[in-house]
Amino acid sequence: MNLFDLFSDYTLRNVALGAMVLGIVSGILGCFAVLRRQGLLGDALSHAALPGIAIAYLLTGSKAPIVLLLGAGIAGWVGTLTINRIVRDTRISEDSALGIVLSVFFGVGILLLTYIAKRNDANQAGLDRFLFGQAATLVATDVLTMSILGGLALGCLVLLYKEFKLLAFDPAFAASLGFAPNRLGILLTSLIVVAIVIGLQTVGVVLMAAMLVGPAVAARQWTHRLSVMLLLSGVFGAAAGIAGTMLSLGQQHVPTGPMIILSLTTIVTISLLFAPARGLVWAKLRQSHALDQEPRNREAQPVKGE
Amino acid sequence: MSSTFAIILTGILVAAACASLGCFLILRRMAMLADAISHAILPGLVAGYFIAQGPSLLAGFFGAALAGLITVGLVELLKNTQRVGGESAIGIVFPAMFALGTFLVSKYYADVHLDADAVLYGNIEFVGFDHWYLGETDLGPQSLWIMGGLCLINFIFITLFYKELKLATFDAGLAATLGFSPILIHYGLMAVVSITTVGAFTAVGAILVVALMIVPAATAYLLTDRLPWMIGLAIGAGAIAAVLGFGLAFMLNGSVAGAIATITGVEFGLALLFSPKQGLVARAQRLARQRIQFAADTLLVHLLQHEGSPEAANESTISHLQSELQWNNKFAQRVLDLAQRRSLVRCQGQQLELTTSGRERSQQVLQLGRG
Repeated sequence: MNLFDLFSDYTLRNVALGAMVLGIVSGILGCFAVLRRQGLLGDALSHAALPGIAIAYLLTGSKAPIVLLLGAGIAGWVGTLTINRIVRDTRISEDSALGIVLSVFFGVGILLLTYIAKRNDANQAGLDRFLFGQAATLVATDVLTMSILGGLALGCLVLLYKEFKLLAFDPAFAASLGFAPNRLGILLTSLIVVAIVIGLQTVGVVLMAAMLVGPAVAARQWTHRLSVMLLLSGVFGAAAGIAGTMLSLGQQHVPTGPMIILSLTTIVTISLLFAPARGLVWAKLRQSHALDQEPRNREAQPVKGE
Repeated sequence: MSSTFAIILTGILVAAACASLGCFLILRRMAMLADAISHAILPGLVAGYFIAQGPSLLAGFFGAALAGLITVGLVELLKNTQRVGGESAIGIVFPAMFALGTFLVSKYYADVHLDADAVLYGNIEFVGFDHWYLGETDLGPQSLWIMGGLCLINFIFITLFYKELKLATFDAGLAATLGFSPILIHYGLMAVVSITTVGAFTAVGAILVVALMIVPAATAYLLTDRLPWMIGLAIGAGAIAAVLGFGLAFMLNGSVAGAIATITGVEFGLALLFSPKQGLVARAQRLARQRIQFAADTLLVHLLQHEGSPEAANESTISHLQSELQWNNKFAQRVLDLAQRRSLVRCQGQQLELTTSGRERSQQVLQLGRG
């Protein structure tokens, strides 16, 4: 396995491209989720998308990715609205609302998928690949679909960049300027649903949470500017995607999704420890240095006003 | 014991064990930590399998419980660095653990019965077949013993530490001042949540554990303000979901775990809509009532302002209200009905006038308004 295979081998190229597109889109959109302290929203919505896949299949009998992904998107969106409603109108906390939507929607999805599987319907095989994702089965049309969906989501982000930035850092100010924070929030979450829909085929329901959170947390370590953070986050996501693909496809019995996530975890760990300004190692060093210096500092600055 | 009965009873025991703990998770805003633990125990199970050189209940149990506590510890550690928000910390740690588990399973145990979908949605359907034997005596299904034991542990834990849990949940600061360590209680609760998750998920899978921990407790939270009632209602809702869920799964010939989770969702939906105090319907009714009451007060003040003045005759007709206060016909009628029912306003043909109690009420309103 070397970088050259990445360009010559047809399967490998598709999988790597797919993982890269996913990494870029989820990395960039995930920044907003992380900044708005909604890191687990992606986890809840990716689980919530599952019944949509089953219902789309039951209604149309088609297994075309675009049909199933549309169903997933609609279910994820319904999940968003449900969470929003529960948090706004009851005393149940956001974190509980996420857990409720996650587990109930997923339960419905599993019930429907098992129901479909036991109808003795030979055509259904493969629906459950969305649970864990099967990056290795990505073909050129999948990658194209992913790119178009991701491109649309990112295009939307560019158009509303100023508004989303304001929403992420100061929703109250955004409201006072006349933007509708609730509606903008739902729109932003809908874009995240698009990223999830792209990720379902590649890394699956469970690991999607990390694809949104990981790159953003890593990127945040290196910069204080949103634009740089978005860029870095996309790069980290793409790097994890390509690294995971290369690590998995060379050997037998190693699934791509988990390898992408483990690559990403490595990037996050390195960023947390060694990023120049916010790295924990440097902070620790500075702290012990400061402790050594402290007695002298205290003498150097006598208490005033006595 | 018939296998159907064993399945339903296991379901009820899982519901009771999970829902009672879930109340504290909901109140402490840690619902998603339960989700994280339920996924993160996979590598622990694999480690247990590796150490015991095969499927061993005890080794798997300890491995998984340890993995659960490591997850909680890592999340706390990340949070304390102040580089990462609490929810992002969870979102980084548990997928990493789950990915590690899936990697180990597919790399080294591709052909053993430890597949990841069993982890996600379990196989409660088979609990009737796995019996425990003591010598020659059949002790009954293994999962019944495990879940029964866990129920017992949880009930003992909650009873023994009820006061501490309650205090640490509602007022962590006070608990710390009084000498109870909130950290100790946090880890104690997390330890019980971890072993319950491990025990339950072999029977019902990770997702149902989460559903049964969070959803019945949230349902109960919508129905009552008292902690003991909440715990009781949560257990009840969970048990009903277990029974009805089994029926639903039987009808659709689908996954029992998925069906039970679905029913917990239906219960929550019903409570969300129809809870007497917290429900959306009650809330909408309350809002509508308040709107009418407020409008009635507005009417009283309006009448008081113009009482005795030359334009009073003109200002206090019903049609004038509609144009000046921009009330539509129906709304104005409802406001008038309320005011007349409480004998605050008298109606003389088209003319409205204040009664004595109406005058008092409107002066009261004005005073309230001045604060």
